[in-house]
Amino acid sequence: MTGPASPRAATVPAGTPAAAAVSLRDVHREFRRPRTSLRHDPAVVHAVRGVSLDIAAGERVGIVGESGSGKTTLLRLLCGLDTPTSGEVYVQGRPVHDQPARRLRWLRRELQLVFQDPMGSLDPRMRVGQIVAEPLVAQRIGSRAERRARVTELLERVGLPAEAADRYPHQFSGGQRQRISIARALAPRPHVLVGDEPVSALDVSVRAQVLNLVDEVVDGYGLTLVLVSHDLSVVRHVCDRVAVMRQGELVEVAPTEQLYRDPQHPYTRELLASVPHLADALGSHPPDMERSQPDE
Amino acid sequence: MSRRRINPSLVIGGALVLLVVGLALLSYVWTPYQPMRVLSVEAYQTPNAEHWLGTDRLRRDVFTQIVVGARTTLLVGVIAVGVAALVGVPLGILAAMGPGWVGTLLMRGTDILLAFPALLLAIMFAALYGGSTRVAMVAIGIATVPSFARITRSGTLGVLRTDYVTAARAAGRGRPAIAVRHVLPNVTGLVIVQASVSFAIAILAEAALAYLGLGTPAGQASWGRMLYEAQSTLASATHLALIPGGAIAAAVLGFNLLGDGLRDWLDPRLEGR
Repeated sequence: MTGPASPRAATVPAGTPAAAAVSLRDVHREFRRPRTSLRHDPAVVHAVRGVSLDIAAGERVGIVGESGSGKTTLLRLLCGLDTPTSGEVYVQGRPVHDQPARRLRWLRRELQLVFQDPMGSLDPRMRVGQIVAEPLVAQRIGSRAERRARVTELLERVGLPAEAADRYPHQFSGGQRQRISIARALAPRPHVLVGDEPVSALDVSVRAQVLNLVDEVVDGYGLTLVLVSHDLSVVRHVCDRVAVMRQGELVEVAPTEQLYRDPQHPYTRELLASVPHLADALGSHPPDMERSQPDE
Repeated sequence: MSRRRINPSLVIGGALVLLVVGLALLSYVWTPYQPMRVLSVEAYQTPNAEHWLGTDRLRRDVFTQIVVGARTTLLVGVIAVGVAALVGVPLGILAAMGPGWVGTLLMRGTDILLAFPALLLAIMFAALYGGSTRVAMVAIGIATVPSFARITRSGTLGVLRTDYVTAARAAGRGRPAIAVRHVLPNVTGLVIVQASVSFAIAILAEAALAYLGLGTPAGQASWGRMLYEAQSTLASATHLALIPGGAIAAAVLGFNLLGDGLRDWLDPRLEGR
């Protein structure tokens, strides 16, 4: 691990920021720990160090790594929810890294998020209809009636009845709540969909359904997908290209099948090896049934 | 859509509060005797048919005083808690969501105010502006602001950490919209419970101030005032202390139960369980 970019990354043609849907340029993010001593400077945590990555329009990229590897920080930087210490972030060719929140209104339309926790990502005091319409209301898109029609259409799209709009999030199962989350993310017709471990809190049986839904909407609307996960099987299922992250750096970026067939970086091999091991330990599972990574 | 379950706290608390409200309203249209009127009857009567709750040292009808005193009690509670919540809740949200120095300044301010015993603050106010029900209300209200600001701030910090707030930011919501749409509804439970506790404290504080002779002045009905006047005859005419004391206890209990019940009733997560 000598530099932020592996030799593999160079084999993928790097577009200009204007051409790529998402472009990260030598992005760093440092967090300062609270001061614990009067004499020493507070410790600095490098959550993301020198990440460069271009994601073409319509591409589906998975970012994998164990917890604490900086995946979520990278994702927050990408969504303009956090500001990098240095480096540049572009979405659809427009800068995100140096813009104050009020200048990022366009980004809220271009890019939407689906979160990990199906409980915590929906306001318990709001009805589902209000939740799904929130991006529209926040961005003053459409009249009240148009928004209501759009909510019905979106709920239908994610496989929920129109009556769901009048109910509260706690009345739905985890998988249904993630569907609501996806409906909300699709509301402003974004071009980039970002998923932060969108299925890792779900039961194995529901995971595939929600993943298939993500797959369908990404295809159907021609979205660019950035999927963060610690679960390699999830990424393999949906993504064209995988970026492996470790201690804040990208150690390997490669097309999914190539990465699985011929991992270059020792860490990637380790990560891949950890998957079938558990399946072996469980006994009768065939090697391709490797949804074995337990939830975090 | 399923119906919200009515819980026992809500019913009992609501009944007690309604009783106090009913007495206060009743006092405007009817009282057994003219309020605070000294009657030409025997003093220190125990409850009887003529005087339902007896008469006091000055030969006044106790039941009449309880009915009229309910007004004072309610007024003090509503105004004091209203002042405290209207000032404290926005301050708490501001302290949590505003720039760091604003939060620090506000919280140190509430620390200073909290370090003052509420009653002492009220006594100070009474000493400065003279003892009256209005001064007591405002003083109790100001003394209660810090508890509202603190509880709102900690609730807000909790809400701000949730993914639904991050989702709202990603949806394009600004800070003010997040404060109104997400933070406020999700801290109401805390605020209601705090309000019911504060209401009880306000009623007790008013009674204490009146008892000390610093709140409601002589010649006006107040449950605290009645307790104050009963203290010299505590041994010989115990009922004169027990009756207003019981009324205060019932009102305090009522508001506490009502607050608890309301919190659960307003929470959509507990709906239909």
